[in-house]
This record gives sequence, structure tokens and C-alpha cells, in this order.
Amino acid sequence: MTAKAVESGDLATVIGLEVHVQLETETKIFCGCSTDVEDDEPNTHTCPVCLGLPGALPVLNEGAVEAAVKIGKAIDADIPEETTFHRKNYYYPDLPKNFQITQYDAPICQDGELEFSVEGQRTSVGIRRAHLEEDPGSLQHKGGSIDTADYTLVDYNRAGTPLMEIVTRPDFRSPDEVRAFLAKLEEVLEYLGVFDATRDGSLRVDANLSIVDAEEVSGDGTIDASVLEDANRTEVKNISSHKGAEKALAYEETRQKNAISRGRAVEQETRHWDESKGITLSMRSKEEEKDYRYFREADLPPLRVSHWKDEIPIPELPDARRERFQSEYGLSDEAASKLTSTKQVADFYEDVAEQFDPDLAATWVADNLLGELNYRDMLLTDVADRFDEVTRLVELVAEEEITAKNARETVLRSMLDDELDPDTIVEQEGLGKTGEDEVAAAVTEAIEENPDAVEDFHAGEDGALNFLVGQVMQKTGGSADPGQVNQLLRDELT
Amino acid sequence: MSHNAYITETTIEGADDGPLAGRTVAVKDNISTADVRTTCGSAMLDDYVPPYDATVVSRLKDAGATIAGKTNMDEFGMGTTTETSAFGPTENPAAEGRVPGGSSGGSAAAVAAGEADLALGSDTGGSIRCPAAFCGVVGIKPTYGLVSRYGLVAYANSLEQIGPIAPSVEEAAELLEVIAGPDEHDGTTRDAAENGGNYDYAAAADGDVDGLEIGIPTELVDDADEGVTEVFWDAIADLESKGASYHEVELPSVEHAVEAYYVIAMSEASSNLARFDGVRYGNSGGYDGNWNETFAKAREEGFGEEVKRRILLGTYALSAGYHDKYYKKAQDARAWVKQDFDEALSEADVLASPTMPVPPMKLGESLDDPLKMYLADANTVPINLANLPAISVPAGETEDLPVGLQFVGPAFGEQQIIRAASALA
Ligand SMILES: [Zn+2]
Repeated sequence: MTAKAVESGDLATVIGLEVHVQLETETKIFCGCSTDVEDDEPNTHTCPVCLGLPGALPVLNEGAVEAAVKIGKAIDADIPEETTFHRKNYYYPDLPKNFQITQYDAPICQDGELEFSVEGQRTSVGIRRAHLEEDPGSLQHKGGSIDTADYTLVDYNRAGTPLMEIVTRPDFRSPDEVRAFLAKLEEVLEYLGVFDATRDGSLRVDANLSIVDAEEVSGDGTIDASVLEDANRTEVKNISSHKGAEKALAYEETRQKNAISRGRAVEQETRHWDESKGITLSMRSKEEEKDYRYFREADLPPLRVSHWKDEIPIPELPDARRERFQSEYGLSDEAASKLTSTKQVADFYEDVAEQFDPDLAATWVADNLLGELNYRDMLLTDVADRFDEVTRLVELVAEEEITAKNARETVLRSMLDDELDPDTIVEQEGLGKTGEDEVAAAVTEAIEENPDAVEDFHAGEDGALNFLVGQVMQKTGGSADPGQVNQLLRDELT
Repeated sequence: MSHNAYITETTIEGADDGPLAGRTVAVKDNISTADVRTTCGSAMLDDYVPPYDATVVSRLKDAGATIAGKTNMDEFGMGTTTETSAFGPTENPAAEGRVPGGSSGGSAAAVAAGEADLALGSDTGGSIRCPAAFCGVVGIKPTYGLVSRYGLVAYANSLEQIGPIAPSVEEAAELLEVIAGPDEHDGTTRDAAENGGNYDYAAAADGDVDGLEIGIPTELVDDADEGVTEVFWDAIADLESKGASYHEVELPSVEHAVEAYYVIAMSEASSNLARFDGVRYGNSGGYDGNWNETFAKAREEGFGEEVKRRILLGTYALSAGYHDKYYKKAQDARAWVKQDFDEALSEADVLASPTMPVPPMKLGESLDDPLKMYLADANTVPINLANLPAISVPAGETEDLPVGLQFVGPAFGEQQIIRAASALA
């Protein structure tokens, strides 16, 4: 790095990711044990295979391979003729066999990319490779941290859960790009039906970050490999969400830039993201280059996968769906983006839009429902079993049985807060749109009871009519349509 | 009289009837038996009781066999004499004061001494054929993928197969019929019927060698002991008199087979045996230090010398900087060996050689010289590298010591080697 760059702070950030995602399959990757572990007793979802008992053999779950092929198609990756598995040898108590079955020189996906937008700008990041592997078990350190615990318990329920490790190119230039990428990745994976973001530990991220002279970044955003090679980078581990990734990397970016501006070298090391403290910490142990002694896993014969790419369909992905929502339903880019943010939102929107006016459906799903949910820190998933009720509410509005204002401010909020169904709320609150006769009677009454206001109206005072409208609305309990009342009053008074 | 053939004597009853009803089978102690300890001849596993049956054990039970016990073996299959067992050596019932061969020495000894009607062994580089030859019984190493390895504690998983040991070729073939065939728990099993074979092995033991063409690899005969070679050629003459003919073939690659075999077997072993770290097997407690130090102490204590030697050498062969020089080269040699055998078998029905270049050694004679022991495997290891089936059948004796003859067949050509062997015993 040039002294000038350091002095002027003309520095560029380079980030690459290794993202581990748990694949949603019914059974584990090499045995028949269920992956639906939740809070079950430790070591109850195990068998000789995932416990690594002597003599047990792995048998590949083709469901995991299918999920991987879907991901490959979604990121436009090359899928080889044949894919093979390797052993990665290292000793760790959460690893039942003291080696992990993973992929090495023939990963199932190579050379893909993922497009996403960050602050309205479309950009894309290269995916170097994505491969299948088995998750280790999990450790519980009792009476202290990993270093100070009295003892450690091992739970193999998670062992053998299929993982996809997605390795990006060092194409990120800022932590917010990382966050946007991860959000998009989760979205795509959920669209494919291969991932459940609500599952604990379903996303784990390791990130490499280094700082280079901004002048090294060429016009098209690329950086020479030798420059990256020379730059000292840190590997940040223990990131478990896209928000956490942005925070961890922002911290790390600042830490490295501060070190450089003070003339100190950045140490090449592994650092641990402490989510609660909001800082990265050196793992201390001198990271020597690990030798995993990779070699072919002879228990799993090579798997021909080339034809799977054509045979396995994938659903419409978010970008394509967003564009279709704009052309098919005439939605704005913003509304279409909101409505395709998750597969569930988009599916629900399409369901409502098919029954009623697409614009009305968009207002109700994108603005009203998501807005109220967001205000309550809830997700659409939380009301997934009440979609019928929300649809009924939109129907009440579409058929003008209640006003949009009442529907939004009273009925929807009460649905969420009191867990009542819309018809019950309408009845309890007396919100049903009042019949025309009743409105007409209220108009006559209001005119008779307020001669002064009638006089003021004829004298040309604008406020008088508003006053009379208010009187009518009061008499009808707010259920009359103000525009209609306004018109009726004008008709009566002139 | 006990030859220490068993590590654990027990009685596991099988189904009431079936092809093996009324017969006892001794099972090598690296084949998992539910609720009966499975030690692999190692102190590391002296109290390990599997919660599940190996597929071959389920098939034995279904076929009506009674399992008579778990037999002695070289620790984790690593040896040619059954002397590396943590449970003491087994004596050869057919040759007093001699080793029974290994690593399935207990299984062959149990059959030779009549302590079981039949036995299962496992063969990674000759571990069925060597003890069969030394104890004067029959042993078959099946085509890789014919018999399920589910439940076989792995030593070198790309090389090994479970196979039968029996007093006669026909009985060995009957046992093979019971254990052969695809298994959903072993992804490397293949159906013989879909690969040019079938499962009628016992019927092939008809002694009819009229018109049989035998290829004899000179490399596997010339270096054998004189007494062994004499018995071998006498047996070939016997086969000729029954209508077979032979020609010599060359297998230049086998010169490198022993080196390639040991690099691959030790590399795989270093990984397969990594799980024995004291956490769930062996002595787990009371050590100071971090995990790595604790694991190292448990392994230092639980493994015998030969096992430690092979793990260290295998770890070395896979290490960065040496991987290409050793492991990759060994894989290249393996491919070459396969090719040589395919060529030789394209012009012969079976290949024949002495099973072992030497007669059984005296007890305690060979442990000090591992290299000498490794070289004794010269005739058996190439077959495992080539994934082919082979049988060892008694061919006679030299100075009152049993000599075995090995037939090698094409992949899934078990019938051919059974037929050839049945002409001799
Ligand atoms: Zn399992």
C-alpha cells in the first residue's frame, strides 16, 4: 500500500464469504435420521451412521443432491458430469468420525453468480464454488467457555444435517453489500424450498476482509490477484445472520483502517465475532496452515449428476417474479420488490390479486398487512394460518361493506392484537356500511337539528358543510362514506 | 485343545430353518454383532459392544446359522500372523508352533480345528486367503462390492471385503451365497446379476475343469519358496490331467503392488481409525491438557505398535507436500495393476499362483521385521488393488506344512474360481 493512500485514507475494502446453509431435507445427508430436531432431547436423532460407529457406512441422500442442483441452477453455476466426495481429516470432539465428509476437487456447483441490489443499485457477486458436506454435532460447554469449562457435552442430533458451503469470490467492497447479498441469498434459497431461515443455526458465515490501496481497484471493480495475495486479511468467524455480518464487517473494516492509518500492520489471523459485545476478538491461537489431508471417500461412489440439471425443475425466482409482477399486475418497481421479498409474501399476494383488484391487493398486502406486521415485529409467517381471514377483510373492502379506513385502522389492528376474525370485529364495532335509507335519514336529521349551520352554508361558509358531514358521520357511527354524505347534503341544501 | 481362536465365545441363535440351519459360524471380531462385544483385536475396543448387527450377521441369522463366537485377529486387521492381537496369538491347528496367518487367523483356525463349521473373515490385502492357506482350509475374497461391508470395522475401506472360510470349496460357496448381494446400507455394493454374474456359487463347485484356460503370472511364482513352488506345479499338473491347460502371463505392475497397497491401506487407516480418540472408545479420562493432548494420550495407550506405525505412515503419506509423491502415485499404480489384470484375464478364465510365497512362519518369528511381513503379502495384495475375486484352496504340503493355491477371476466371476478350486479340494 502506498504511503499516500494511507495518508489520504484512499483505501478500499475487499471481502469474500464462505456461507454455510443447512439444507431442508427430511432426513440427514448420509442416513435415515430425521433432521427435524428442534428442542428434542440430545442424541435422540441418531443412528450408527451419524454417530460414526465403527463399521457404519454413509449412503447419500439424493434429496440433498437435488437441493444442491437447484441451488446450482439458481446461481447459474456449472454442474459437472460427475461429483465425488472427499474426507477432510481433523480432530474435534463434535466430529463423530474425526473426519468430515465433504467435497473437494469435484464440487457439485462451480462458477456461479448472484445478482442483488444494494440501495437501489443492481450488482452481482461471483460464486467460486458451492459444495455439499455434513454438519458436525454440537457442543455444550458446562461451567465456562470453550477454554474454561469444567466439562463439555456432545449432542449428535445435528450431526449429518446436510450443509451447502457457498464460497464467493472476493467481490464485495463494503459490509452493506454483504448484508444485501446474504438477504438475497436467503430469499433465493427459500424460494427454492431448500432452506428455512427460522431454524436456529441454519445460516453460518465466515468472512475474509482485507484493505487495499483504492488505486488497485480497476475500472470494472476487479483487483489483481497478486494484490489480494499480498494484503493481510483476517477471517471473521461466528456470524449467524445478514445483520450480524454487516455489523461484524463494519467493525472489522474500521479496526483495520485504524490500524493502517496509525502505521500498524494488520495481522493475518482468525477473529471471532462477539455478537453481544459488537466486536471481533482475536482467537489468539497462532493459526498455522491446517493440513486436512483430503482424499477420496471410497464409501460413496462417484455420482453422475449432469442430467439432473435438466430433470430437476426450479420455481420462478424472485427477480423474474418481480419483473412479472410489474408487467402482469402493473405494479411499481417498489411495490413489486416488496411483494417478492419472500416466496410466502409473493404467493399470498398472487392469491389475493387473482380474486380482487391487483392494485387493491398490492395496497393491502404490501402496505397495510406488512406495515402492521412490521410495526409489531412480526413476520408474515406468524399469520400464515390466518390468510383466509386477511383475504376476507380485503373482500369486505372490495365489496364496499366497510370503509378502507375502518378496515385498516380498526379491523386489521384488532385482528392482530386481539386475534379476532374480521366479521366478528365488524359486528362488534358496528362498522358495517350503513344502508342508504339510514344515511338519508341522518342527513335530514342533521339539517333539521342545525339550522345555524344551514344558514352559514347558504352564506357561503365552507366550514359549515364539513360540520354537517361530521354530524352525519357521528349519527351513523362512522360507517357512512364521507364522500357520499357530502354529496347527499349538497343535494338536500341546494 | 485350545488354539486361542476366539476372543469371545458365545452362542447367537439364528432362524429355525434356512440354508445354514444346524451349522455353526465363527465371525471375525471386526464384524459388528449387536450386544456382543466387537474388539477388532484391540485394547482400544475391548469393551465396545455394538448396538447393531452387520448386514452379513443379519444374513447369517436369517439363513439359520448359529454364531459360535468372535474370532481372534491382528489388531484392526493389520498383520499377516494374528500376532498383533491385543488378546494374544492364535496357534495354527494344522502346524504346531506356527502362526495361523492373518489377519483372520482366528477364523481359519476355528474351522481347521473343527471349533466351527464355517467362518467369516475379512480380506484387505490377503487376510482371508493367507490364513486359509496356512491352516489348510478354503477362503474366498469376493469381488469388491459383492458383499456388504456395513458393520465391518474399516481398516482400508476401498480394498476390503468380507468373505467365507470353510473346510471345502462347496461349503465356502454355500456361505458366500448367503452373504452376497446388494445392501441399501452400503452404497458400494453392486448386484452380480447386473454385472455378468449370478449367485449360484455352490452349484459351480463341480470340479469340472475340462477346457479351463489358466494364466500363470510368472512374477507371483518365481519368488516363492522352493517347497511352495513344487506343490504349486504339482497342483497345476493335476488340473492339466483333468483337462485344463495353462500359459504364462506377465503382470509387470505387480512389482509395485506391495508399495502401492501399503500406502493406500495405511492412508485410509489413518482416517478410518481417527474416531478412536478416547471420547467414546478406549480410556477417556484423567488426562491433563487440551483436547489434542488428551486424544493423543488415549491413542498412545489404546493402540498397539503395528497400528500406530501404520497410522503414522498413512498420515505422512496424505500430508501436504507428500500427498502427490506417495498417495497419488499409489493410486496411479493401482490403476496400472487393474489394467494388467484385465489384460491377463482377457486371455485366461482364471489366473493361478501360490497364495503365500512361504509356508506358515514359527510363532514369534516375524514380528520384529515388519518389512519382511509386508513382503509376504506380495501375491495377495494385487488382487485387492484390482477389486477382483480370489480363492485360496489347499494344494498340498511342504515339510508337513500346508500350502495354498490362489485362483483369481474377473470381476463377479466367482463361479469360475470356485469351479477351478473345486477340482483340487
Ligand atoms: Zn443417523
